[in-house]
Amino acid sequence: MRHVLGVLVENQPGVLAKVAGLFSRRGFNIESLAVGTTEDPTVSRMTIVVEGDENVIEQVAKQLNKLIDVIRVADIAKDSVARELALIKVHTTPATRNEIIQIVSVFRAQVVDISKDSLIIEITGDQDKVSALQEMLKDFGIKEMVRTGIIAVDRGNRLIKNNNFKEE
Amino acid sequence: MKITGAQAVVECLREQNVDTIFGFPGGAVLSIYDALYDAKDITHILTAHEQGATHAADGYARATGKVGVVIATSGPGATNTVTGIATAYMDSVPMVIFTGQVASSLLGKDSFQEVDITGVTAPITKHNYIVKDAARLPDIIRKAFQIARTGRPGPVLVDIPKDVQNTVIDYQKIKVNTDYISEDTFHPHFYTKARIEKSVNEAVEAINRAEKPVIYAGGGVNISQASRQLVAFAEKIKAPVTCSLMGMGAFPSSHPYFMGMVGMHGTRFSNYAVSNCDVLIAVGARFSDRVVSKVEKFAPNATIIHIDIDPAEIGKNVNTHIPVCGDVKKILEKLMDMVDEKAPNGWNKQIEEWKKAHPVKSRPAKGKLTPQFILEKLYQYTKGNAIICTEVGQNQMWTAQFYRFDEPRTFISSGGLGTMGYGLGAAIGACIGRPDRRVINVAGDGSFMMNSTELATVSRYNLPVVQLVLNNRSLGMVRQWQKLFYNGRVSYSTLGAEVDFIKLADAYGIKGFRLTSNGEVDDVFTETFNLDRPVLIECVIHPDEMVYPMVPPGAAIDEIID
Repeated sequence: MRHVLGVLVENQPGVLAKVAGLFSRRGFNIESLAVGTTEDPTVSRMTIVVEGDENVIEQVAKQLNKLIDVIRVADIAKDSVARELALIKVHTTPATRNEIIQIVSVFRAQVVDISKDSLIIEITGDQDKVSALQEMLKDFGIKEMVRTGIIAVDRGNRLIKNNNFKEE
Repeated sequence: MKITGAQAVVECLREQNVDTIFGFPGGAVLSIYDALYDAKDITHILTAHEQGATHAADGYARATGKVGVVIATSGPGATNTVTGIATAYMDSVPMVIFTGQVASSLLGKDSFQEVDITGVTAPITKHNYIVKDAARLPDIIRKAFQIARTGRPGPVLVDIPKDVQNTVIDYQKIKVNTDYISEDTFHPHFYTKARIEKSVNEAVEAINRAEKPVIYAGGGVNISQASRQLVAFAEKIKAPVTCSLMGMGAFPSSHPYFMGMVGMHGTRFSNYAVSNCDVLIAVGARFSDRVVSKVEKFAPNATIIHIDIDPAEIGKNVNTHIPVCGDVKKILEKLMDMVDEKAPNGWNKQIEEWKKAHPVKSRPAKGKLTPQFILEKLYQYTKGNAIICTEVGQNQMWTAQFYRFDEPRTFISSGGLGTMGYGLGAAIGACIGRPDRRVINVAGDGSFMMNSTELATVSRYNLPVVQLVLNNRSLGMVRQWQKLFYNGRVSYSTLGAEVDFIKLADAYGIKGFRLTSNGEVDDVFTETFNLDRPVLIECVIHPDEMVYPMVPPGAAIDEIID
């Protein structure tokens, strides 16, 4: 099963390597990993998509928690807001350009660059939406594609904070 | 006070009450060694090799409970510590390793003696640091010691570039609590009171219901200093106690409830007891594959209660029914108050019957001198008061089976990593840490040769360590597996008579004895234990002596060959 983990870590060099190393040596499968700073500049937040059953996810969370640089690990709920951004450079001809632009607008994606024989499309959404657009564009010829991996935030009052060590 | 980074290292060692360190100087730690030159209150033990220094610091830490400290230079000095660090990591030994590093301006340029040691040691340290800002050095060192000694202990490496050692910083001395602190200060949310209470209640219920309980004790009992509590607890619930290799000494061998080791080379009655129990109480143990063997067949009918300070150990190797995360000593004290006292019962009788039917005994001798006899004699001559280190292999298993450990921190052995070459270094550290105890390193000829250069250290400091080299002219455990599982094809495991151990000892000014029959043991041991100086005893044993009982790899632990 796919799980999305939100991981707060110290914003320090070497932390990403330690987290990535942990996954590889323990044989956990990362589907994607996205990392960036948070509202607190000393803290970074990683969003890690992991494949595995409950036992695996529990081990992943526990092993992550053993890393001194890891502040907090949370399993983000299925109904969370999860988004991914992708840039897709697709091959165009005068005959296909309009059709592609129509598809893009159906997906509420954007054309961010245009040239004689290609378009760059920016799309934001959950993984399925990005994959669906990719599927639609496949036959036109995708020259290059890059995806950020998912970032996710729980809805409502559920927060991942580094100070919520309260009794549960 | 304004001092250099190198001087701050020494000041921080003083803050931590460190009086002994192990190391080997080199280009990138010259400044630290210069600072040490004036620090007459800190004894620096110079070893022959950085690996030896790391094993010595490890042995020192295991024998005393204090944090072992190592200093090594950059590059090869640092990489030579790697096996020692991994050894300490696998067995949860508190250590702080200082490595020198090339100057910050040279980092990343493949400079002379540059190695990314924090990258190399990331998987084998509890944490590591490279210090880039000299002002942070004291706080990083304090944190390194704190991490090393708290919660589940482990090694922490601090990599200090040469320029950082030479930078003048503003240093303020602080008062440090150097006691072992069981709570992991970094992730307290695992130890909420409510969670511990709930699981303790469940454990109490299961224990009260149990008719055939077994306690499986591990190294965590030694670390948590919970031996006394464990004995009281076992006596109250009338539970027989087995242990992992790391748990040796946690429960007195002379106690009637003690069953010896469980697992691959465990006693028959331990393995039967675990296979037939209805509640298994694991205390500070981690269900290693050498204990569990076949997961589905391990304690198949038991409710498993797992008490451990490291939440990640719970549910990692076997499914646990009642996880109790916390300090072993505190949890045992809680359980002790809450469980009902049991009366001696049929289960106790059953264990006694198994013990009688399958005693730990020597098999018919292959040679005139047998390892089992030597180790039993060793116990007799040391009265169990010695600290016994081992190398890895048959020597280690025979020691665990035939010497009797009655006290924590008297058995020092590389359990998790299985590091051949560990014992001599560890014995040096143990001897320095516990000068009140005689220290013996039980070795095989193969493992002894791996780091025998450390005899130079034994000689330099005139350490009264006894090297008991069980010489079977082969890599005995490799040979045993080849005999049992590879059709007797003893591929490259046969050593010859290429080393004259008595002459080797003599070269280091160490008194040597050669034993060839059981009849000579008394005389040599009498002389050895009357000498307060380094001794090497070569014991010429038969290469086909085997370690039994044995559970073949991957079999259930009650499928025993012997």
